[in-house]
Amino acid sequence: MKREYYIALKTILRKETTRILRIWTQTLLPPLITQTLYFVIFGKFIGSQVRSINGIGYMAFIVPGLVMMAVISSAYGNVVASFYGAKFQRNIEEILVSPTPDWVVITGYVLGGIVRGVLVGVLVFAVSLCFAHPMVTHAWAVVLFTLLSSILFSLAALINGIFARNFDEVAFFQNFILTPLIYLGGVFYSIHSLPKVWQEISLYNPLVYMVNGFRYGFFGFSDVDPGVCLLILLGLTVVLTCINLFLFKKGIGLKN
Amino acid sequence: MNAIEIKNLVKTYKGGVKALKGVDLCVAQGDFFALLGANGAGKTTLIGILTGLVNKTGGQVKIFGNDIDVDFEGAKKSIGVVPQEFNFHMFERVQDIVVNQAGYFGIDDSIAVRDSEGILKRVGLWEKRRAIARTLSGGMKRRLMIARGLIHHPRMLILDEPTAGVDVELRHGMWEYLRHINAQGTTILLTTHYLEEVEQMCRNCAIIKEGEIVLLDNVRHLLTRMPQDTYRVTLKERISLEKAQAFNAVKVDDHTLDIEIKKREELNEVILRLAQSGFVITDFHPKGNRLEKLFLEIVSK
Ligand SMILES: Nc1ncnc2c1ncn2[C@@H]1O[C@H](COP(=O)(O)OP(=O)(O)O)[C@@H](O)[C@H]1O
Ligand SMILES: [Mg+2]
Repeated sequence: MKREYYIALKTILRKETTRILRIWTQTLLPPLITQTLYFVIFGKFIGSQVRSINGIGYMAFIVPGLVMMAVISSAYGNVVASFYGAKFQRNIEEILVSPTPDWVVITGYVLGGIVRGVLVGVLVFAVSLCFAHPMVTHAWAVVLFTLLSSILFSLAALINGIFARNFDEVAFFQNFILTPLIYLGGVFYSIHSLPKVWQEISLYNPLVYMVNGFRYGFFGFSDVDPGVCLLILLGLTVVLTCINLFLFKKGIGLKN
Repeated sequence: MNAIEIKNLVKTYKGGVKALKGVDLCVAQGDFFALLGANGAGKTTLIGILTGLVNKTGGQVKIFGNDIDVDFEGAKKSIGVVPQEFNFHMFERVQDIVVNQAGYFGIDDSIAVRDSEGILKRVGLWEKRRAIARTLSGGMKRRLMIARGLIHHPRMLILDEPTAGVDVELRHGMWEYLRHINAQGTTILLTTHYLEEVEQMCRNCAIIKEGEIVLLDNVRHLLTRMPQDTYRVTLKERISLEKAQAFNAVKVDDHTLDIEIKKREELNEVILRLAQSGFVITDFHPKGNRLEKLFLEIVSK
């Protein structure tokens, strides 16, 4: 990579990280509180009445799902808020007038999403240790699926940020698409416990592959083969990257 | 070499507004160039195209020989821009904004931090380097954008209405600074609708009207074509009609005159004569927009 590109990338990443830490009560604290509530309510109160799944207690079973849920909504939230905010305040122009190529800008924002996703993921995982002791069978899968999911949702968030014309359109996707996908993605249950039709419908939900790949990393088993999860997520990453590159090149939502 | 070479530049916005209708323009390297035009004439659109904020509809643009369709990256490296409206992150610190901008241009942190000191001192913001941008006054914000535009030592600085909203004293300080960097070799292009700014600083200028360049001239030459000025004078004492006529003035009311002045040098004479006749001047200002007059003059030709 050209040295200038590396410096530009570092600058975007530094700016994103500074932002995450500066407004940590908005970026780090909320998911921590929400996920703790999930652990208490679903794990402790309701979970005690649910039978164990494949020999794993319900509380331990939902840990990977809840961590993954926090990772992706944080990565998504970071990129869409930061990018749309930069568009709204117009400081995105600082980057647009510079010689920074599109792919560096995209990479920079995605790295910002990863930083917040991973930070929140680690925090939520640390909290989960107060409630359960999930084992980690394949650490590589835990790391890989955390990164891939952060990347994928950061890319999706960037597209959302590019098209958004106001804050309602930022919130719309999060409320009406992201949240249902998360709840229907098998965070709280094994999709094998669903009726056949719903199992098949679930397979169109990318969250299923993230949660399952991630769960495989923890327990060594999952509803969907981890190799399949990996391929599908990689495929989606390529597609979303191309869409972003295209949107930047055309200047859609960024230039008149 | 030319700093800017524009051929047949066209911009039609979505919705059909034709902001630029085939603009041809050259700005020589080292020039201090003004793009004059009323609101809505297309100045910001033109600058947006040069700096990569607006997609052109047609035509060709070269910046120091780099065609923006071929090597926009190369073209952008030689441009620093000070936009018309504040466009920095309001909650970032002054020095961070400048240093980050250097980063986007691929300049090492250590160099950017060092250079930002000199530039911030020069624009009088060094004491404010740790301040949150939002807390700066309007004039300071404008100077922050100048510092940000200069941090990568561009060969050309483009300023879009740099003195709008800046008070008179600061305006003169800014002019002086711009003259200084121009003397150091930086090409300057600025847009304005104040003729005074052009007279004071610029070497060459173009007038843009409704998306078309209607005049391209040397500033000194242009000024000789200036229509005469009318000044509105308010006097403490009442003035009679005869007295008013003696001054070649139009009487507006008992205390107010409109006086036509052909050359700047006549100003002093008029004031002196009024004072010698025992009048106390309480107000004295140019009436109407000279640029508007100039437009009328040019367009009617
Ligand atoms: N984003 C936009 N969408 C549609 N029309 C625009 C847009 N920006 C500017 N215009 C129109 O283009 C014309 C030129 O505007 P502008 O370049 O801002 O002029 P100036 O900077 O000289 O005041 C105006 O008629 C303006 O209304
Ligand atoms: Mg303008």
